[in-house]
Amino acid sequence: MELENLNPNVYKKSAERTVTTSEEDDSIVDPFDEREVFDLIRAINDPEHPLSLEELHVVQQNLITVDNEHNEVKVNFTPTIPHCSMATLIGLSIRVKLLRSLPPRFKVTVEITPGTHSSEHAVNKQLADKERVAAALENSHLIEVINQCIAV
Amino acid sequence: MSRLELQHTLTGHKGRVWGADWHPTNNALATCGEDKTIRLWSQEGNRWITKTILSDSHTRTIRDIAWSPCGQFLASASFDATTAIWDRKSGQFECNATLEGHENEVKSVCWSKSGSLLSTCSRDKSVWIWEVAGEDEFECAAVLNAHTQDVKKVTWHPHVDILASASYDNTIKMYKEDPADNDWTCISTLTGHTSTVWSIAFDGTGNRLASCSDDRTVKIWQCYMPGNEEGIATPDGDMVWKCVCTIAGHHTRSIYDISWCPQTGLIATACGDDIVRVFKESENSTKLAPEFEIVASQHGAHSQDVNTVKWCPTTTGLLLSTSDDGDAKIWKYEI
Repeated sequence: MELENLNPNVYKKSAERTVTTSEEDDSIVDPFDEREVFDLIRAINDPEHPLSLEELHVVQQNLITVDNEHNEVKVNFTPTIPHCSMATLIGLSIRVKLLRSLPPRFKVTVEITPGTHSSEHAVNKQLADKERVAAALENSHLIEVINQCIAV
Repeated sequence: MSRLELQHTLTGHKGRVWGADWHPTNNALATCGEDKTIRLWSQEGNRWITKTILSDSHTRTIRDIAWSPCGQFLASASFDATTAIWDRKSGQFECNATLEGHENEVKSVCWSKSGSLLSTCSRDKSVWIWEVAGEDEFECAAVLNAHTQDVKKVTWHPHVDILASASYDNTIKMYKEDPADNDWTCISTLTGHTSTVWSIAFDGTGNRLASCSDDRTVKIWQCYMPGNEEGIATPDGDMVWKCVCTIAGHHTRSIYDISWCPQTGLIATACGDDIVRVFKESENSTKLAPEFEIVASQHGAHSQDVNTVKWCPTTTGLLLSTSDDGDAKIWKYEI
C-alpha cells in the first residue's frame, strides 16, 4: 500500500508522568484528568507509520477535556494531512481504547480538531453515531486492524 | 412537575439492550440487544420474569423487534442483514421465516396496522416493504431508495397504509402505494432536522408525527390534506407535512427514541444523557402552532444512554425503557 503522507513531522514524546504519593494512597479519591486520558491514548500506533499518535501530534494533552463530575471526556485529534483517509480509523481506535479503559459512566466524544480535515463534519458524524460504531466493531477484519493500532 | 415512578427493573441481557416492544394485548413484552438474543418477559404476581430466551437465529446484534398487531408474530431486525419472523404455532416460539435482501445491517422493523405488511430499513439506505403472502411466506412488494444515507427507523401510520422512515441524511420520508399500478412511491420529504433523525412516532390520529434527532431537538409535524381549511398548498395533490413545533433546549445529547401515547397524548423521549423525559401539549396550544411543556424528567433513569421508550398499549401510563447499561425498566407516569 502506498503511503499518503511520506514524511510526517515527528515530535518528541512527553516525559513519563511522575506518580505522587497521594496517587499511591488508595484512600484518596483520584478523579480522572486530562493527563490520565492522554496517557491512555498517546501510545496508540498510527495505521501507516511505526510511530505513536503522540509522536505525530495526532493527539495532544491540551486538546483533551475531562469533566469527571459530569462524566464527560472530549478528545480532539489532528490528522497529519487534511485529506487523510485514515481519519475515521484513527478516531475509531481512540474511541475503542477509551471505551475499553474508562468506566462505562463516561460519555466519550472523539472529534477532529476544527479546521484540520477536509471531511471533518462527515467523519465526526460517523464517529458520534454509536449504532454505526457498534456495527463496525462487529466487523472482524476492522476490529483486528483496530486492535493492532491500540496494542502497546 | 409529575414524575416517573420506577416499577420494575428487567435484568438479564449481557451488554447493551437496543430494542423493546410491548405485546399488543397481553401483559408481556420482548427485548433484544447486543447479546444476539431476544428475551420474552411476562408479569407473574408483582415480578417481571424472563419466560423464554430466543437465540441462535441471528449471528450479530439484534437492533429492533416488533410484535404483529394480532400478537401472534414477532419480527426481529439484525445487524446480520436479515429479519427473522417468529411464531408459536408449535406451542413454543420458533423462527419460521427469514427475510433476506438487505446488503448490510437492518436497523428497524415495523408491521402495518392490518398486519398484512411489514417494513424493514437498513444501513444500505433502502426501505423494503414485504407482503405477508401466506403461512410463513413473505414477498417483497417494494424496495424504496429515496434516502441518501443509512435509514434508522421505519414506522407505519396507525390507521392507513402509509409508511414513514427516518435517516442519517437528516430527513423523514413518507411512502404510499399508488392504487393505479400498485407501485410504492415516496410522497413527501420532511426536512428541518440538522442531524440524524433517530426515531419517529405518529400520534393516535395519525395526523401528526413527532421526530427526534442527534441535533437534540424534537419536532412536531402536521399533515395537511388537499383542500385543507388552512389553505396550505398541496402541489402534488397529496398530503403535505409541515413542522409546526420544535422542542429545543431540553436534551443535552442525541435523542435516540420517541413514543407518543395514543391514549394520553404524552410524548416520551430516550436520550444519550441517561434521562427519560415526558412532554405534554400545553392547554393554550393550537393546531397551527402547538406548544409542548416538559412534565417529567427522570435524571439517571439509567446509568448509561437510554435507547428506547415505549408507552404500554394496554395499561395507560406505563412506560418501558431500555439502555446501554443492560437493563430494561418499567415506569409509571404519576400525575
